[in-house]
Amino acid sequence: MTTTSNVPAYGRFGGFGGRYVPEALIPALEQLEEVWRKAVVDPEFVGELERLQRTYTGRPSIITEVPRFAEHCGGARVILKREDLNHTGSHKINNVLGQALLTRRMGKTRVIAETGAGQHGVATATAAALLGLECVIYMGRKDTERQALNVARMRLLGAEVVAVDHGSKTLKDAVNEAFRDWVANVGTTHYVLGTVTGPHPFPEMVRDFHRVIGVEARQQVLDLVGRLPDAVLACVGGGSNAMGIFHRFIDDGSVRLIGLEAGGEGVESGKHAARFSAGIPGVLHGAFTYVMQDEDGQTVESHSVSAGLDYPSVGPEHAHLLESGRAEYRAVTDVEAMEAFSLLSRTEGILPAIESAHALAGAMQVGRELGRDAVLLVNLSGRGDKDVHTAAEWFGLIGGDGSARLPDDDGAKGLGVQQ
Amino acid sequence: MSVGPVLEKCRAENRAALIGYLPVGFPSVEGSIAAMAVLVESGVDVVEIGVPYSDPVMDGPVIQDAAVRALAGGVRLKDIFTAAREVSGAGAGALVMTYWNPVLRYGVERFAADLVAAGGAGLITPDLIPDEAGEWISAADAHDLDKVFLVAPSSTPERLEAVTSQCRGFVYATAVMGVTGARASVGEAADALVSRTREHTDLPVCVGIGVSTGDQAAEVGRFADGVIVGSALVRCLTEADSEEQGLKALGALARELADGVRRSRS
Ligand SMILES: Cc1ncc(COP(=O)(O)O)c(C=O)c1O
Repeated sequence: MTTTSNVPAYGRFGGFGGRYVPEALIPALEQLEEVWRKAVVDPEFVGELERLQRTYTGRPSIITEVPRFAEHCGGARVILKREDLNHTGSHKINNVLGQALLTRRMGKTRVIAETGAGQHGVATATAAALLGLECVIYMGRKDTERQALNVARMRLLGAEVVAVDHGSKTLKDAVNEAFRDWVANVGTTHYVLGTVTGPHPFPEMVRDFHRVIGVEARQQVLDLVGRLPDAVLACVGGGSNAMGIFHRFIDDGSVRLIGLEAGGEGVESGKHAARFSAGIPGVLHGAFTYVMQDEDGQTVESHSVSAGLDYPSVGPEHAHLLESGRAEYRAVTDVEAMEAFSLLSRTEGILPAIESAHALAGAMQVGRELGRDAVLLVNLSGRGDKDVHTAAEWFGLIGGDGSARLPDDDGAKGLGVQQ
Repeated sequence: MSVGPVLEKCRAENRAALIGYLPVGFPSVEGSIAAMAVLVESGVDVVEIGVPYSDPVMDGPVIQDAAVRALAGGVRLKDIFTAAREVSGAGAGALVMTYWNPVLRYGVERFAADLVAAGGAGLITPDLIPDEAGEWISAADAHDLDKVFLVAPSSTPERLEAVTSQCRGFVYATAVMGVTGARASVGEAADALVSRTREHTDLPVCVGIGVSTGDQAAEVGRFADGVIVGSALVRCLTEADSEEQGLKALGALARELADGVRRSRS
């Protein structure tokens, strides 16, 4: 359903987006849009959100130039936007604080959320604790296993975590379950959707709550290097950290916007989450966008070492940026991402989230293509503490029983990094 | 062919229509078609032929489970046309209930054409609101198909007007806020919603979600033009020890429900 005029239809980015949800939810979406649009021009709301960003999240987040890592990026200058330093450890808190304040404005007392890596669940549980809201987090069973520490964090914060056993038992099934809860409890409950997809107004609203990332980073890069970057890079799961850092640069035609999707075991293997390489436009979770699907329109399961990128669909605005040519998207494999993970850790003393490591791997490619004169801005969307177990297994640092494995033990893999 | 005449006939008999849902492909394509035949023999007026889908956000555990098993068993989208042909051949209305992406992938116009050719009456679209349905509305109108959109207890008068003005066949009123599945009670919210809906349309208003017994069918049949039953019928098949037993249980429940809609206004 693409539109032919230049004016996008209501709730759409070009032909993408829309509201493909049960009628029962339409009044809640209408209410949300109305309350949100009023709030963002209400000095009281804006002031409170700014205060929380400053005194709770720790904004503005800094930028860090990483010259030792940059040696592996063709010598280009590489600058990281440090969303990993936010309270709760990722960009997700930006959106959640905004939506939690809106929940209160709507007079609702309960929030629900889906989570993949657990970062959005942790951020939601945190905001719920802060504002005294009841909180239920849906998480695929498979993700509760690979992100066990984050499950404990959410529970420590007072949230109830529900493991979802349907379907592929990952993020997409957690979203389904959150929608089911929402339909049944919409009178008291707000669904804090964690990324820039879902029915209108979520893609636009979540983007705007993350827009602060690019607004800050653009000025910070100008102050540091005296010009705009040549490229801005971010990983793309649903696409919220990427839209957050991209949006302020959209009108800067000289700046390339590059999104990195999870290439898993390689696009040819079929085990990946590279929606823009292998997906086609369709509807999932309320939005018309790129979806990994079979001939009958059944969703195909995605795969990635990174739980946060393991999602068969992507925010509709990214689909529009792709089709309009304003942004480009590449797939980064598990192996490439883990190499970048290890490199940043060892060259700069910064342990990135595995999601963010996909953006770093993209910077290694793009830096080599552009060479020494290039300036790359990379969104470091989260920190790697939650991924220590996955990474330790990947690099053979722990045995199957979880015990430490030292270099002279049989079976320990090297980290594969040349210093 | 529209389900309109079937609902007319029920109205002439001073009773609500009985509309029964089953997913195609469970326990197998043939098995599901045999089950639909049992529904028709047992007094079901319209069969709602379900398309199993990987991400059914409107469905509770019973229908989700059947969908997962049907997909694992290899059901394909085209199998619904076979089912529609059999159901309409048996003299019942054949309405397809589907999430939107399978139709989109198949091609909306092609789907409408193939559905007409198979004797299907139209579509019930749980995740497609009229506002997003331009392509479907044109195709349905061109092919003379029913468009059954949903209204909910949360629907405002503006939404009731917008939705009912685009329906053909009937309006699907969801009795409770929530996903499909049996409920202990469905009465009051549904009654109020049906009354509110009638202020906006002369189309039949049928009530679904939650109904599982003959008594509930009788209760809902007092105020609705049709009673829609899904999970309770599906459960007869998913919980049976054998296909034969499943069909027996299904027939018994369908007869109980058919009796319910027949005694409700007497
Ligand atoms: C650190 C981090 N980065 C990125 C993502 C991917 O989400 P998005 O594409 O919405 O930024 C996640 C999701 O869990 C995450 O935890």
